[in-house]
Amino acid sequence: MRAIGIILAGGNNNRMRELSDKRAIAAMPIAGSYRSIDFALSNMANSRIQKVAVLTQYNARSLNEHLSSSKWWDFGRKQGGLFVFTPTITKENGFWYQGTADAIYQNLSFLKNSHEPYVVIASGDCIYKMDYNKVLEYHIAKRADITVVCTTCPDPSEVERFGVLRMNEDCRIEEFEEKPMVSPYNTISTGIYVIRRRQLIELIEKAAQEGRNDFVKDILIRYKNLKRIYGYKIDSYWSNISTVESYYKTNMDFLKPEIRNYFFKQEPGIKTKIDDLPPAKYNPGAEVKNSLISSGCIVNGVVENSVLFKDVYVGNNCVIKNSVILNDVYLGDNTHIENCIVESRDTIRANSYYSGDGEVKIVVEKNERYSL
Amino acid sequence: MIKKEMIAMLLAGGQGSRLGVLTEKVAKPAVAFGGKYRIIDFPLSNCINSGIDTVGVLTQYQPLRLNTHIGIGVPWDLDRNEGGVTVLPPYEKSTNSEWYTGTANAIFQNMAYMEQYNPDYVLILSGDHIYKMDYEVMLDFHKANKADVTIACMPVPIEEASRFGIMVTDETFRVTEFEEKPEHPSSNLASMGIYIFSWPVLKEARYALKDQQICDFGKHILHYCKDKGQRLFAYEYNGYWKDVGTLGSYWEANMELIDIIPEFNLYEEFWKIYTKGDIIQPQYISEDAVLDRCLIGEGSEIYGEIHNSVIGPNVVIGKGSVIKNSIIMRNTTIGENVDMDKAIVAEDVTIGNDVVLGCGEEAPNVKKPAVYAFGIATIGEGSVIPDNVKIGKNTAISGVTTPADYPDGILESGQVIAAKDGDKA
Repeated sequence: MRAIGIILAGGNNNRMRELSDKRAIAAMPIAGSYRSIDFALSNMANSRIQKVAVLTQYNARSLNEHLSSSKWWDFGRKQGGLFVFTPTITKENGFWYQGTADAIYQNLSFLKNSHEPYVVIASGDCIYKMDYNKVLEYHIAKRADITVVCTTCPDPSEVERFGVLRMNEDCRIEEFEEKPMVSPYNTISTGIYVIRRRQLIELIEKAAQEGRNDFVKDILIRYKNLKRIYGYKIDSYWSNISTVESYYKTNMDFLKPEIRNYFFKQEPGIKTKIDDLPPAKYNPGAEVKNSLISSGCIVNGVVENSVLFKDVYVGNNCVIKNSVILNDVYLGDNTHIENCIVESRDTIRANSYYSGDGEVKIVVEKNERYSL
Repeated sequence: MIKKEMIAMLLAGGQGSRLGVLTEKVAKPAVAFGGKYRIIDFPLSNCINSGIDTVGVLTQYQPLRLNTHIGIGVPWDLDRNEGGVTVLPPYEKSTNSEWYTGTANAIFQNMAYMEQYNPDYVLILSGDHIYKMDYEVMLDFHKANKADVTIACMPVPIEEASRFGIMVTDETFRVTEFEEKPEHPSSNLASMGIYIFSWPVLKEARYALKDQQICDFGKHILHYCKDKGQRLFAYEYNGYWKDVGTLGSYWEANMELIDIIPEFNLYEEFWKIYTKGDIIQPQYISEDAVLDRCLIGEGSEIYGEIHNSVIGPNVVIGKGSVIKNSIIMRNTTIGENVDMDKAIVAEDVTIGNDVVLGCGEEAPNVKKPAVYAFGIATIGEGSVIPDNVKIGKNTAISGVTTPADYPDGILESGQVIAAKDGDKA
């Protein structure tokens, strides 16, 4: 492969509310069996990128646990491999990552010691499938300095979360605004970039000298009239999960047959860490409609239009509707959960009642679990 | 020099002909079990959970599926720098070449494999039982008794004892006699086919019996050791252990997993069973589905009704279909409005629409009445069943069938269709 990969997985967002209390967004569970970062990692592996760095910072324990072995994505290789870089204090530097450009700067030796001519940069909080080789070919054909993968914003009110851009007929980016309150445009950056490795080293070193730390603001926007920055537009499924609403919606998207077919049935597939759980079990009283159920679940109650992650126990007479129940949750008997996201490893007492009115409610009980 | 205290030799070469069409294309240890596992996962998981990290798997009959499944042993943590899992097929030697002619013969052809680990003890396992067992406890028993050979046994009801190899012991559990499938058993301790041999004892027996043409543990080695006055002990095991050698016992063992708290519980944190997890996505249960007492594997899509059944991974069950008391293995697709009762459907099968499976009165099977019994309809791997046919009980189907194979659209109870394989290319 002609490229190495960098996955930016350090971010946090207060719009994830309680869900980011214990994990980085890149470690958020997705679609019953996966974690958010699996998508970027699998795309890298499926594009035959052999050497990938994951840059983490915020609350990385859960993410590190997930990445403890690289074999699931086939990165346990002599050539290349998976590198997880958390900030460290060195002789030159005593700070955390000050921004995306700084995160790359602090690990510049990873870029300098590689020989591949190109770098693919992606973020760990987006759900999509992509062959990065296609972007790379486009990048070369356009003789671009930087190629930004972009898409049409699914919901115009959400442009404030993204970098909004305008391209000319040749797809060269002429305007780029980071997280504007309103914008006349609806083409947004997906946070996926292709750039020549030496070019990236040069730009990052320059930014560091000037005390600039952000890849979008201090490189993309600052250089947009100087460098040839091109947009590569996609119309396949792409979703950023960094708010509670978009996280909920993305999980619910997997109840649609075309989305399930796209991610689950069409090659190449998305890989994740294997948990060795038994098949899902349905006991008398189980009544399941239009739902995704993962391995290790035991269902004794009603589940409708919901996504149950791995190892969830649904007690007798429970009613779960329009909800996302994260990994290893125990729901006591007669519990009612509607329009909620139940945080992982929680134990919900019997006879509890939770319902989100108008917005998705996040359920965190933090009860102790007694096990034999 | 590499030194392993105990290594395991897992006999996985048998056909398991009593499973009929289920083992037509795969060896019995590779037959799917319990919604996502294969039978061999149980002894392999027992090994790693007991701290045994060196396992030789002896294959002979139809080994492709088994080889693919085992690979380098990643799912069981048996990918090791020293030891790990090694698949041992029969091989050609400079002076002769022979198949594995018996269980002991298979082990004896692989002395060099065992020798390189310099073991003190060798554990002999068979790849066709469902159980969880700590072999380390058995080894402690072996050591405490200064035994030469320890045979794992379990008490069975005395009326069933004549189906097994029976051990007669004194009060210290030393074996005084054994009876192979005795008409009038004098004990109810049945051998489970699990042995620990002290390495020098096994080696000595190999030289003494090297001219034995067909050599089995039960028939030859144990007798030889006992006649020499060696110390044979019976290790009594009282947990769940199931031989899934017949279609009836295979069906029953699967059905037992559905119980609310099954005797053999896969959901316990302790003593996990590992398997190759190549299908990872969650299963989808549609608006029209009805689920009533069942296990369902990853990635399956259910649009019909399921009662009392075990469904493997990546299975599609069409709208309006009713599945009762059945076992469906991975990658099988079942059309719409299919009515199925008491059937075992192997992997990669396609069943058309409006098929009735397991109907009518029971009748003994015309070809193999002892195999296709229990009222079960059995569909072999890769079979295709066309729309609108009715299939009776005690039946067996393998290969790609067309409406012409079903006179009047019916396969009467007790009949068999062995059609040609479809052109998969």
